[in-house]
Amino acid sequence: MNAPMNPAANLSDDAAFRSEVADWMRTHLSGRFAQLRHRGGPGDEAFEPTLRKDWERELAAGGWTCVGWPRAHGGRELSIARQVIFYEEYARAGGPGRMGHIGEGLIGPTLVKYGNAAQQARFLPAIVAGREYWAQGYSEPNAGSDLANVQTRCTRQADGSWRVTGQKIWTSLAQESDWIFVVARSEPGSKGNKGLSFLLLPLAQSGIQIRPIRQLNGGAEFNEVFFDEAIADSDALVGAPGEGWKIAMALLEIERGVSTLGQQMHFAHEFSCVIAAAKAFGCDRDPSIRDRIARAATGLRTMRYNALRMLAGDALSLGREALIYKYFWSNWHRDLGRLAMDVLGSAGDLPSDDPLIRPLQQLFFFSRADTIYGGTNEIQLNLIAERGLGMPREPRPAA
Amino acid sequence: MELKLSDDQRMIRESADSVLADVASSAQTRLAMTAPGAYDAAVWQRLASELGWCAIPIPEKFGGLGLGAIEQVQLFEAMGRHLLCAPYFATVALAVPLLLSLASNAAQQKWLPPIAEGRLRATAPMVADSSDEVSSTSLKLRANRHGNEWRLDGSVARLIDGASAQLLLLPASIGDNITAWFAVETAQSGLRAVEREAWDLTRRFAEIELDQVVAHRIDEPSDKTSASPAIAMARLCLAAEQLGGAQACLDMSVAYTATRKQFGRSIAGFQAIKHRCAQMMVEVEALRSTVYGTAALFSNSQTEQDCPTEAALTLALAKETYFQCAQEAIQLHGGVGFTWEYDPQLHLKRAQAGSHWMGTASVLRARLADELMV
Repeated sequence: MNAPMNPAANLSDDAAFRSEVADWMRTHLSGRFAQLRHRGGPGDEAFEPTLRKDWERELAAGGWTCVGWPRAHGGRELSIARQVIFYEEYARAGGPGRMGHIGEGLIGPTLVKYGNAAQQARFLPAIVAGREYWAQGYSEPNAGSDLANVQTRCTRQADGSWRVTGQKIWTSLAQESDWIFVVARSEPGSKGNKGLSFLLLPLAQSGIQIRPIRQLNGGAEFNEVFFDEAIADSDALVGAPGEGWKIAMALLEIERGVSTLGQQMHFAHEFSCVIAAAKAFGCDRDPSIRDRIARAATGLRTMRYNALRMLAGDALSLGREALIYKYFWSNWHRDLGRLAMDVLGSAGDLPSDDPLIRPLQQLFFFSRADTIYGGTNEIQLNLIAERGLGMPREPRPAA
Repeated sequence: MELKLSDDQRMIRESADSVLADVASSAQTRLAMTAPGAYDAAVWQRLASELGWCAIPIPEKFGGLGLGAIEQVQLFEAMGRHLLCAPYFATVALAVPLLLSLASNAAQQKWLPPIAEGRLRATAPMVADSSDEVSSTSLKLRANRHGNEWRLDGSVARLIDGASAQLLLLPASIGDNITAWFAVETAQSGLRAVEREAWDLTRRFAEIELDQVVAHRIDEPSDKTSASPAIAMARLCLAAEQLGGAQACLDMSVAYTATRKQFGRSIAGFQAIKHRCAQMMVEVEALRSTVYGTAALFSNSQTEQDCPTEAALTLALAKETYFQCAQEAIQLHGGVGFTWEYDPQLHLKRAQAGSHWMGTASVLRARLADELMV
């Protein structure tokens, strides 16, 4: 089932665009970049970060970064349908996990919407060109599911610059990044989502220390980031003081299904690796394994159709299908990880570099994080019950 | 492929919902459940003749509306949500697709117009497994020629609406391992139909015995015809009906838990309740995406070869989702969920009855696995 999402009238144009992307990927994801195929991304971020930054610049040279951004900001301004095609073909070709995705997918669009002209001019071109990389500073040790319980403080100095003190945690790729955006408390004594501000800081400074967190899979792509009177310059504030929560939430809602079809191509690749392993390790005739493989295949179809429903919906409001999506994919992916490990059996017991085994072990272990980050299962179910079904809200302390 | 309903499609959905709210309330459903044939003739007259619902999938040249799977699933979803008791499923999900996929032009000309006009109720047997063909041997039916006429002998163990339908579409062996399809008018001697009340009272089954019954052959002897597209469509229609039923279970649970007070507050405020309703919504929306996506695939003729598999996996998902939502509805209703008076039991029985029609979820998935792991 490869039906592209096309308005019928543009069918042939879209098909031509699809083959343009596929051709470009075939030509460029080769030579020294060939080893990046199907690598990187969550659970594999430590793989060849320097080469993957070179790959970002290769993409940029071809005009394939920030494809959905407005032309005025250096983007390609592709329609939703074309963006879907791009992400699908990128993933189909085995395009590596994007080092630049926090810049391109999160802070860039936020600056397009809320940044001032100077901030746009300073930061956007470097994101488009693959020169500067970004990290996200939201979560704190005591601000996980209760994300608004931010304790990191920021104070404005007489010269207009800012000092930031506190701690962020679960910061992906901080050690590979140049900049970080943080939500910090600018009004002393404020509580909850009031009195927060949104700031941009360079990571390379003495007031910032980065400590990797060793994960259960042995890797360390998340970090703790410590701020001790860290400096943000006078133009580091996005929006107005006190608007931090509004901007932080808008950023989280920017992702709107477009890249999910690319994510699904990656899932489909992992699924095909599970089938290959089932054959290689001789459990492809086991009825219970076959049943679980068929369930996983059904889930892939469901996710595809669900994403198409999301894209067909009114882009301004989250539909029911969008509300369930994170819960659905993360649990599907975690189940696939378990299935992968069961398919490997004893071959999965030892850490392995075998290309048939290593990605499945990584899938098994790293997918344990899928149902925790970006809103845990439990928070997702609260949101679904409250926003989707109109059930009573959880009690929240008065701000 | 776009998954957005057109204005016309949305109108069909909304009007089906408002008509059914009017004619298929819980009280009306319970009355229909006790009627012969398990349907209300006046309601059927309104849906089939006045509103033209039977005409939806029938081509315009046969007096129909010529609409596709997308419109069809909207209607079945609404019927499932309202637990409509009517011979619609047998006529439109089982019989019409067979006539469309394997009947000769002459047979279509003869039988489709009266169905489109709501004058003819028809039915056909369902496959019992995950296959795409109804086998005549499993039905124990034989056809013999008597001059210009075909006569059928044998029996059919279970036929939905078999005692109330006016026309049966049946496969029968004509010897040499060849199966042919026949239309049998029920108002004739030699045909005996015994109606059975199942646990699921929203639909009747009949046992049929045929003794030298006059039959009309409907497939073209020269063509290689197949019931496969018809069975795929029937699976999709059942999945859509089950989607509606699952949605009803969720809606009932959310509404009931909002009004039920214990420990001084609405139990809907407890996470133990909220999370289970939310999980039902995840499953229902996942099924909705899958049913709508598969319907869109059916409407896109270029990818027809994928339809039987997609329908099978969609139905497997629908069966499990419907059953799960029905049993959750009973649990979330607590004590009253166990009563005859409240509706969750009706859905549980429908979900259980439908769990093996046209293949259980596990045999349908086994079929998918066979295709994935060649």
